[in-house]
Amino acid sequence: VTASVSPRIVAQRASLVRRPFFWVIALSVAAFALVPWLSDDVELRESLLLAVIYIILASNLNVMIGYAGYINFGSIVFFGLGGYLCVYLMAAPHWPLAAAVLASGVIVSALALPFGLGILRLRGAYFALATIGVNEAVEAFVTNFTPWGGSSGIYLSTELFKPLGGPMHALWIIYFLLVAIMGLSLYLSWGIKVSKFGLGLLAIGQNEDAATVLGVPAPLYKALAYCATAFLPAMAGGLYFFKGAFIQPTDAFDLTFSTEAIAIVMLGGQGTIAGPAIGAFFYEQLRGWLLTSDTFSNFQLVAAGALLLVIVLFLPGGLMGWLYGRWPLLRRYLE
Amino acid sequence: MFGIFASIIDGVLVGSVYGLAAMGLTLIWGVMDVVNLTHGSMIVAGMFGLYLLTDNLGLPPYATLPVVLVGGFFAGLALYWIAVHRMIGRPPLMSLLSTFSINLVLIGLGTAVWGTVLFNVQVDLPGFSLGRYTFPGTHLLAAALTATLALCLYAFLHKTRLGKAIRAVAGNRGAAELVGIPTTRVLSFAFALGASLAGVSGMLIATLFPFTLLSGDAYQLKSFVVIVLGGLGNPAGALVGGIALGLLEGILTPFMPVNWTLVIEFALFVVVLIARPTGIFALRRS
Repeated sequence: VTASVSPRIVAQRASLVRRPFFWVIALSVAAFALVPWLSDDVELRESLLLAVIYIILASNLNVMIGYAGYINFGSIVFFGLGGYLCVYLMAAPHWPLAAAVLASGVIVSALALPFGLGILRLRGAYFALATIGVNEAVEAFVTNFTPWGGSSGIYLSTELFKPLGGPMHALWIIYFLLVAIMGLSLYLSWGIKVSKFGLGLLAIGQNEDAATVLGVPAPLYKALAYCATAFLPAMAGGLYFFKGAFIQPTDAFDLTFSTEAIAIVMLGGQGTIAGPAIGAFFYEQLRGWLLTSDTFSNFQLVAAGALLLVIVLFLPGGLMGWLYGRWPLLRRYLE
Repeated sequence: MFGIFASIIDGVLVGSVYGLAAMGLTLIWGVMDVVNLTHGSMIVAGMFGLYLLTDNLGLPPYATLPVVLVGGFFAGLALYWIAVHRMIGRPPLMSLLSTFSINLVLIGLGTAVWGTVLFNVQVDLPGFSLGRYTFPGTHLLAAALTATLALCLYAFLHKTRLGKAIRAVAGNRGAAELVGIPTTRVLSFAFALGASLAGVSGMLIATLFPFTLLSGDAYQLKSFVVIVLGGLGNPAGALVGGIALGLLEGILTPFMPVNWTLVIEFALFVVVLIARPTGIFALRRS
C-alpha cells in the first residue's frame, strides 16, 4: 500500500507552495504580526497573543486527536515544562532567550519520545486517563522539586529584559516569536497530514488494528506524533512564562488550558488544519467577552464545557465539517 | 513499629472507601464501555450533599447516606440521558469528551457558587483505642458501611432479576437484547447506580477528611488507579484494589510527605496498565 501511495504523497508535498492554502496561512500569519504592530495597539496585541497561544496548543493537539484519534487531556504538560526549563535556564545559568527557548523545546521533545513510547502502548481511553495522570504527576513533582522553587515557583529579574531593548521592546519581540511559532505549528500539522507519516496516523485513527496489519508501525508513529507535537508548545511555554517573568506549578500545569485546547479542536473541526486555528480565534473572542461581562465572568469553564458538549452531541465535525457540508469547494482553500 | 501497624490498618479502612468509589466507576465501564469522567463531580456532589444536609437541615451525618444514595441515582439517570445515551455504540472517545464536558459544567457552576475554599464536616464518634493508638470512629464506621454496601451490590447483581440483566448486558449486549432484555433501560439503571455509589463514597470520604469543590479530581484519579489494580469492569476487584491502595498509602504515609503519594500512585497506575492490563487482583469473572 505504501509503495503505491507514496509517490503521490511526495508530489503533493512538492506542490504545497502552489496550493492556495499555503498562502492563506502565510497571509494570516503576516496579518497577526503586522496589524497590531502597524496600529501600535498594545491591547490588541495582548488579546491576539492569547489567541496565538490557543492556536499553537490546538494545532499541535489536533495531530493527536484529529489524526491519530488519541485524546491527550494533559497536553499542557509540554507547555508548562517548556516554561519551567526556559525560565530556569535564564534565571540560574543566565542563558540568552533564544538559546533557552530552543533548549526547552528540544529537551521537552526528547523527554516526550521515550515517555510516549511507554504510555502510547495504551490504547484509547486508557491513554486518555494516563495523560491526566501525567500532568498531575509532573505538577506534583515540580511542586516538590526545590531547585525549581517548589510550590512558590521562580521569579525572573527584570534585568533579563535589558538585552532585548527594555520591557516594552521585549514584549513585541516575544509576540513576533510566538506568531512565528504559530505559523510553524500550522505548517507542521499540514506537513504531517500530507506526509506518509500523517497518512499512517490517519489510518491509526480510523482502525488501529487494520493499520498495523497493513504495516503501519503504530506504536512508533504515535510516539513520534507525541514527540513532534511537544516541541512547539514547549517553546511557546518558554516565551509565555518569560513574558510574565514568573512561573509556578499551578499556572504552568493548569488543566484549564488543556481543556480549552480540546474544546477548540472540536469546535473548529478535528483533523483539519484551519479548523483549530479558526476555533481558537473565536474561542478567544468568546472568552474575552465572557470575562468582561458581569454575569458570566465566573463561567468561563462552564461555557467551554457547554460548547464542547453541544459540539460532541450535535456537530461532531465541528465548524469546518459544517462549512465543508455547505460549500464543498471550500476544501481547496481551507484544508 | 506499632505506629506503622496502626497506619496500615487505618489505610485499609480508608482504602475500602476508595474501593466503593471505584466500584461505581468500574460498573459503568464494565457494562457500557464508557469511561465516566463525571465520576469526580459525583463524588464532590456527595461531599456537598453531606455538608448541605447536616449544616442547613441539621440532619445527623449518617442519616444523609440514603438521601445521597437516592439523589445520586436520579442525578446519574439525568446524566445518562443527557450525555451518555447518544454516545453508546459510537467511538469511545466521544463519550469520554461528552462526560468530560459535563464535568466541566458541573465543577464550573459549583465553583461559581461555593468557591474553592476548604469545607470540613465535624462528625463526633468515639474512637476505638488499641494501646496508645486510637482508630477514629468515622474511619471504622465508613469501612463498615462500605462493606455493607458492597455486599448489597453483590447480592443485587447476582440474586435479583435486574442485577442479572445488568451482568448479561455487560457480557454481551447484542445477545441480551435478543433474549428480550430492555438494554437501554438496563444501561441507564447501571449508569445511575454507578453515579449513586460515587456519591455515597464522596459522602463517606467527607466524614473522614476536609474537602474542596476541586477534590473530585484527586479521588477520580485514585478510582482509576484502583480499578486498574483490581481489573476493569469488576466491582469485587475494585474493592480489593481499593484496600490495596489504602494499604499502600498507609505504608507510605509515615515515610514521606503526603504530596509525593500522588506521584507514586500515578506511577503505579501507568506501570500496571502497561505490564498487566488485566489488573493485579483481577478475579476470574464468573
